Amino acid sequence: MTAHQPTSRQFKKNVTAALANENLQRAMRSTQSGFVGKRAKARDALPEFDSLRDAARDLKNHTLAHLDLYLERYETEVKASGGHVHWAETAGDARRIVLDICRAAGAKTVNKGKTMISEEIGLNAHLEENGVRAVETDLGEYIIQLRGEAPSHIIAPAVHVTVPEVDALFRKTHAHLPADRDLSELPTMLAEARAVLRQKYFEADVGVTGANMLIAETGQSVIVTNEGNGDLSQSLPRVHIVLASIEKIVPTLEDAATVLRVLARSATGQEMSVYTTFSRGPRRAEDPDGPEEYHVVLLDNGRTGMLGTEFQDMLRCIRCGACMNHCPVYQAVGGHAYGWVYPGPMGAVLTPSLIGVEEGGQLPNASTFCGRCESVCPMRIPLPKMMRHWREREFEKHLAPAASRYGLRFWGFFAARPALYRRATGLAARALAALGRGRGRFAALPLAGGWTRSRDFPTPAPKTFMQQWKER
Amino acid sequence: MTGPAPKPRVALFVTCLVDLFRPRVGFAAVKLLEEAGCTVEVPEGQSCCGQPAYNSGDRETAKRVARTAIEAFEGYDWVVAPSGSCAAMVAKDYPELFRDDPAWLPRAEALAGRTREIVSFLTDVLGVERVAATLETTATYHDSCSGLRSLGVKAQPRRLLASVDGLTLTEMTDPEVCCGFGGTFCVKFSDISTKMVGDKTGNIAATGADLVLAGDMGCLMNMAGKLSREGRPQKARHVVEVLAGMADGPAIGEGA
Ligand code: SF4
Repeated sequence: MTAHQPTSRQFKKNVTAALANENLQRAMRSTQSGFVGKRAKARDALPEFDSLRDAARDLKNHTLAHLDLYLERYETEVKASGGHVHWAETAGDARRIVLDICRAAGAKTVNKGKTMISEEIGLNAHLEENGVRAVETDLGEYIIQLRGEAPSHIIAPAVHVTVPEVDALFRKTHAHLPADRDLSELPTMLAEARAVLRQKYFEADVGVTGANMLIAETGQSVIVTNEGNGDLSQSLPRVHIVLASIEKIVPTLEDAATVLRVLARSATGQEMSVYTTFSRGPRRAEDPDGPEEYHVVLLDNGRTGMLGTEFQDMLRCIRCGACMNHCPVYQAVGGHAYGWVYPGPMGAVLTPSLIGVEEGGQLPNASTFCGRCESVCPMRIPLPKMMRHWREREFEKHLAPAASRYGLRFWGFFAARPALYRRATGLAARALAALGRGRGRFAALPLAGGWTRSRDFPTPAPKTFMQQWKER
Repeated sequence: MTGPAPKPRVALFVTCLVDLFRPRVGFAAVKLLEEAGCTVEVPEGQSCCGQPAYNSGDRETAKRVARTAIEAFEGYDWVVAPSGSCAAMVAKDYPELFRDDPAWLPRAEALAGRTREIVSFLTDVLGVERVAATLETTATYHDSCSGLRSLGVKAQPRRLLASVDGLTLTEMTDPEVCCGFGGTFCVKFSDISTKMVGDKTGNIAATGADLVLAGDMGCLMNMAGKLSREGRPQKARHVVEVLAGMADGPAIGEGA
């Protein structure tokens, strides 16, 4: 249920399973074009979209360069509003802090808005182990919680589940459902989940939400949702905990507005999400509602270690999901194959950063460097370049397979000596050409099974271009 | 008195796959460049751009190979490759590769500035607007990733193809989505690659075109190999074969 045991190491095995999973493939096919088309429309409708991306990138670069300053300012503002700020260096620290707050509040049930940080630290399992029930209130999160799964997408956690599967799931778990109740459409499903969840909002003692941004000058946290579940999770319970990682900070309200303008457009193609909610501190005397206690847990978990390295740009990420929506590898295998919390191109860069290249090193290798992710990223994060940096680190650490390491060096020896290279490649090509004479292509080739299992391989020319050019 | 402008001296960067698998693409490139008024030379000292090492994380080997290329291609007005991927490696990645090497960085940058992909070189640098080729067929064009996203090659091949007599161009669904080649990716992650190229050939076939064209041999070999394995009738050719009026011989995978 949580992402505690990464399976990124066995990425290839996960891939094989994912490609054979018909429900998954059906689900991926049905959503694929939706996100892409909607984003393209939203971009086309806003002439300044690309300059907004520049502005968003620049403001985040500025923030990262002065991260300590803005975090301190944020802490000061939260405290001034009567809230508490907790610094969590590791996932374990964050789990402990949240559990302590729940215990102090005597909480039996915790309601949760959507938060990827909760997945990153494995919060739900930890709470359950300690006798606190965690209830997911986002429809997608609710579905996968019932299924005992982790999210497969950072903004659409249940994107791997088909409608008939949800229908069956609800009929099984919502025992009160009449058989003729129609659940074939998203709105009816949402209504069904809402009906069940509504009651739970009043039972929860603590509400946990994530944060899309934290605003330094005002001490506010910002969440965007389309279901309004986040609002109820944070305003109804007695205690509100904001769970956020340190790079979520932006300096000003104005900056938050800039990010919001690219966020929803990149994510779902909406101009704005349906609900954008700002929260700051506990309920004041004149407020009609709101929590009595307000806590912010600020998680580092390896992020400061990325500052000043070639991976710093990754900290600009606003978790819009556009990179995975446009990634042909993600679309082929879905999010679970990546084996940890963050899938797709952003996950391929972030996972080795956060849990180590030994565990996550396969992910940045599983890319054709097609560059579609970078071309849509609202924060202009050079994702392929950073995946290549991971390959370099792997290579330096001698983690790449020996055969490929020596193969490359061997090849490099020839490629740096053009005359030799020509003779060597020419010889190999001629041998292959002789082998395939008259056929034009091979259906099977020794050592090239990865290619020829699914594709024919063309026969090389009997004479290379360079030879023909000389003899001309 | 001013004489005729001197002919630009262009070095053809043949690229590995064209050299070994599809020499006719090299000759088609030479023909197009000469017809557009260039003097074409094929430097002896060339081998590979170094991309296989660069993308595998082996920077040192990539640099060693790149230095060879820099030496081979110095002194020409332009360096032109029939591959968006190899051209992008030189034009975009060499400066990055040598960013910490003060001795080689200026040379890498100078070469980068003079290196182009062939079709965009014809249109954007030489101002070629049409070609004198004929081909009675329906074709669809696949946008290879590096050419498209690193070099902005999108409208140029379509514009020139539109001037080919008898040719009808029809767009496939998702022409900009990767075909799954990705260099070593296609053998290292063969299952994913197979899925991607299968989606691509499905989109190609759905257009009803007879021919798929692209600007990179890697993608073309991948798509051609899948099309023939699936028993589909569509053939694959490099775009310059058509533009040079040299699309009469066997298609890719049918003989060189
Ligand atoms: S890397 Fe870019 S596109 Fe991907 S989730 Fe982050 S901000 Fe969005």
